[in-house]
Amino acid sequence: MNIPIYLDNNATTPMDPRVLEAMIPYFTQKFGNAASRNHAFGWVAEEAVDYAREQVAKLIGASEKEIIFTSGATESDNLAIKGVFEMYKDKGNHIITAVTEHKAVLDACKHVEKMGGKVTYLPVKEDGLVDLAQLEAAMTPETILVSIMYGNNEIGVIQPVKEIAAIAHKHGALFMTDATQAVGKIPVDVNADGIDLLALSAHKMYGPKGVGALYVRRKGPRVKVTAQMDGGGHERGMRSGTLNVPGIVGLGKACEICLEEMESEAKRLSALRDKLQAALTQLEESYVNGNVDHRLPHVANISFKYVEGEGLMMAMKDLAVSSGSACTSASLEPSYVLKSLGLSDDLAHSSIRFGLGRFTTEEEVDYAVEVTRKAVTHLRELSPLWEMFKEGIDLNSIEWAEH
Amino acid sequence: MAYSDKVIDHYTNPRNVGTLDKSSHKVGTGLVGAPECGDVMRLQIQVDDNNVITDAKFKTFGCGSAIASSSLATEWLKGKSIDDAMKIDNMDIVEELALPPVKIHCSVLAEDAIKAAINDYRVKNGLAPIESEKVHH
Repeated sequence: MNIPIYLDNNATTPMDPRVLEAMIPYFTQKFGNAASRNHAFGWVAEEAVDYAREQVAKLIGASEKEIIFTSGATESDNLAIKGVFEMYKDKGNHIITAVTEHKAVLDACKHVEKMGGKVTYLPVKEDGLVDLAQLEAAMTPETILVSIMYGNNEIGVIQPVKEIAAIAHKHGALFMTDATQAVGKIPVDVNADGIDLLALSAHKMYGPKGVGALYVRRKGPRVKVTAQMDGGGHERGMRSGTLNVPGIVGLGKACEICLEEMESEAKRLSALRDKLQAALTQLEESYVNGNVDHRLPHVANISFKYVEGEGLMMAMKDLAVSSGSACTSASLEPSYVLKSLGLSDDLAHSSIRFGLGRFTTEEEVDYAVEVTRKAVTHLRELSPLWEMFKEGIDLNSIEWAEH
Repeated sequence: MAYSDKVIDHYTNPRNVGTLDKSSHKVGTGLVGAPECGDVMRLQIQVDDNNVITDAKFKTFGCGSAIASSSLATEWLKGKSIDDAMKIDNMDIVEELALPPVKIHCSVLAEDAIKAAINDYRVKNGLAPIESEKVHH
């Protein structure tokens, strides 16, 4: 067992050695430009890209012609949202999204507002799921796009995408989903789910950083997005720029492995995650954040009341995890995702996200439980809030000096 | 963000963690910060008849820098007269612990806790609280 233990697989994943192996020839011997149509170097590169396109498409039940390669999910989100807004602005100017989306979606929507669009940011229920009745009520004849993520990056909750897509389509809008955390982890099928646009990233599924894709539906309806970069008209004119051939090969291989191993891997990871969660929620005053029945198999977000997340992480230095606390940011604002579940600021500050992955072992999980239990106990001994709680003092009755 | 060795030392081996009898008139208690902000410090001092701080204890809910700042404060307070304790400046803590700019608020909180504890002691003993006019860095 190597220390520190990596349990932050929602931030990024280590690359699978099989992916690296597939990529290596495309840096040196097979270095051609996939757009060079007139010699063998170009053909070899183009062939590799075409094969990767099939591998990516297969994982999400799409056709290879519907895959646009990008630099990652942030670019895919931007291209989808801004691109749809520009392409369909004669049809309407309204977009619906949710407050728990990734910043790439939220900030792209803010950009759309600056360009004259209207955006509705749906709240979520206490469990992190979108309220379908609220979505239905927010739809207008002007709504051109509904953008709701598949699985949440902080709490792992899986949105009812099929139902959301049906509502969007009923009102003549397109449905886009940022599926960065879900693709490769759980079955995602663009046709069964009714997805018109989908963003994904390689480095969240054991592929390389700096490469991703946008799925753009070609049939029923044929969806188009306005390119956000000017240039050589690559990727059916939707995304210019010389293709990152080694990265794309890596993304393809990563998708192929995920498709092969997803079923057994999801079972293994959810069993490990459940073990970790069961052990840690035995600690007094610890709470799991988000819906536990509709959740990605590898994530558990847990709040340990009366200890502060960043301080806690420091005591868990043998573990690489992530906290909803943001003591370092100028605003001192804790996670907006946790706050949107209705969590009080102090509980949001007390949260830790455990993100398991393909290379996580049971031994590591057992060790993580031990380290976390010790750290929480240690910090509670230091915590005046824990002492007050133990003395039966209602913390809400104290007039805190906000600073 | 990397913490300085001194922050790590105070965080790993916090000095003077604990609770003094807050009902005693010899004990001053300062409770500052708010759970919503992610920092709460409780600092307590025990004062003898010569106005010298003979003991200091703390408990802190917060990040490593907040814990280290309050641990350091208790170390500095012990043996100091009340008057000298009032002179502890947050920037002294920043310097000693090499706190980065985003963590300066932790030192401010520690200074506030010291002053709040002293004032609690003063009020308990029939003295007027000292108003701090200092503008924090």
